[in-house]
Amino acid sequence: MNSELYGTLVFELSRKGRRGCAVPATEAAAGAVHRALPESLLRKEAPDMPMVDEPSAVRHYTNMSTNNFGVDTGFYPLGSCTMKYNPKINEALASSPEIAGLHPFQPAATVRGALEAYYLLQSFLSEIGGMAEFSLNPYAGAHGELTGLMVIRAYHAERGDFGRTKVIVPDSAHGTNPASAAVAGLQIVETRSMPDGTVDLDDLRSKLDESVAAVMLTNPNTTGMFERRIPEIAEAVHAAGALLYYDGANLNPMLGVARPGDMGFDVMHINLHKTFSTPHGGGGPGAGPVGVRAGLEKYLPNPRVVKHLDGSFGVISDSDSALGRVTFWLGNYTVLRRALAYILTLGADGLMHVGPFATLAANYVMNSLNDLYKQPIPGPCKHEFVFDGLLDKSTGVTTLHVAKRLLDMGFHAPTIYFPLLFHESLMVEPTETESKETLDAFIAAMRKIAEEATSRHEQLKQAPLCTPMSHPDETEAATHPKLKWKDLT
Amino acid sequence: MEKILYLPTHEYIRIEGTKGYIGISEYAAKQLGNIVYIDMPEPDDEVSAGEEFGAIESVKAASDLYSPVSGTVVAVNEALVDEPGLVGKDPMAQWIIEVEMDNLDELDGLLTPEAYAELCAHETH
Repeated sequence: MNSELYGTLVFELSRKGRRGCAVPATEAAAGAVHRALPESLLRKEAPDMPMVDEPSAVRHYTNMSTNNFGVDTGFYPLGSCTMKYNPKINEALASSPEIAGLHPFQPAATVRGALEAYYLLQSFLSEIGGMAEFSLNPYAGAHGELTGLMVIRAYHAERGDFGRTKVIVPDSAHGTNPASAAVAGLQIVETRSMPDGTVDLDDLRSKLDESVAAVMLTNPNTTGMFERRIPEIAEAVHAAGALLYYDGANLNPMLGVARPGDMGFDVMHINLHKTFSTPHGGGGPGAGPVGVRAGLEKYLPNPRVVKHLDGSFGVISDSDSALGRVTFWLGNYTVLRRALAYILTLGADGLMHVGPFATLAANYVMNSLNDLYKQPIPGPCKHEFVFDGLLDKSTGVTTLHVAKRLLDMGFHAPTIYFPLLFHESLMVEPTETESKETLDAFIAAMRKIAEEATSRHEQLKQAPLCTPMSHPDETEAATHPKLKWKDLT
Repeated sequence: MEKILYLPTHEYIRIEGTKGYIGISEYAAKQLGNIVYIDMPEPDDEVSAGEEFGAIESVKAASDLYSPVSGTVVAVNEALVDEPGLVGKDPMAQWIIEVEMDNLDELDGLLTPEAYAELCAHETH
């Protein structure tokens, strides 16, 4: 893109007085506004908006949109993020006027179908998670985590057990776990991982006592390993009087195969944008439903959708929930409808194929590369795996260089430098939605990079050369961010 | 004589009498990469041996900072507020906090430079 002609910012294209179209004079209307508003609320000067002609504006935004990389443009093997394809049928259904045009103030009698769909998703998620009930209210995965921890606090508080102020998280946990615990007003205690990335049960046991409210786990964990000792872990946690929390970030390989509820988890959340193919929304809208086992239902927030004895559906806002509300309405409804569309499109049989195919894809890629990249944990893995950089580290080519070079080859980079268990972590999650040809092309690219690391490592370290931006100064950007376009000049 | 001891979590303490200067090791600085932010306590805050007293953030990761000893913060390295990257350039000179130590016996549990070097060698495999 010729950024001088089309502009990196629309403000740079602006020329005073330029217009996209001629607008009729609006003396009368403007006069009316002037009379209707008090003097103190009227602008004295025109806002500093960009002034461009229509073709320049269209070219600017069209060119800008091609700088995007998403699952619709290329392979996106970002570990721990489940960047699966988002089927277009979800979008078509969610944007239909019958759904997109709903208003939260509509009387329940006029939205029976919408409430039934909502109830259906509550039931499906409960069945998939092995939980008694789900709340679809939370607006995001992190919001679901916070809600789940608030449920746990409410449970302990109602029993008069006010001494439980700690949450135990593994050192491999997603950053949201300790963050949510801190926001919920709980203290974080870290538990160690074994060399294979799973929980060190002895270390966990030594930290369990009457001050622990909950233990948060992801299963499979962030190294892509299934916690085989989960029954023992659950027993130890419950024996100490604490609850076991399931971070649903890695639910994808478990879908229809194993249920957190059956493993002994008490509370869980699900990231619909991961496992259930709703968009990773660049900040929203999102959805992070939270589920609980039998006996904890009353701690879920309001409002919720219930099925009456006559088969009709209604919204309840005044149940004796200990939490009250965590959202104003029922949640991000159109996101929920995308997840429901996904479940209904695949059906029970289809859902049961998701995990095995995601696991097969991850193991295929891992075993096609582990002669060149260091695999720190013996396989097989579940839906994702971690490499600890290149096997041959003598060339000075790091995980960062590998990730940058992949951008030149048309792939999104894997997750890098997470989990923190290894210095050169490079975490790959292919998901079940990729063809063998795509996986083979990624494998070929990774093998080529390993070869380049030996034959031309100085050039490799300059990558990427084919992207709109090559090497931003990350330190400068983090320490002295320029947040206004005027700061650039 | 100047004495430097380490924690397995890569903090060092340089001891001068009952004063200790706490920072991160050269190995830790190298692993973190460019440092963008350091969360420091305030003078007169109490720190406890083995407990976190702040956090350090680089372009790669954020890590908690643990105190090797218990005591009271006498001063923080003000230069790091505007230029946290100084730690990466010379971590041994750019201590993060200065502490008046409560109990010199706590030093017995820390790693000698030799033991710490061995730990780092093991970590890099």
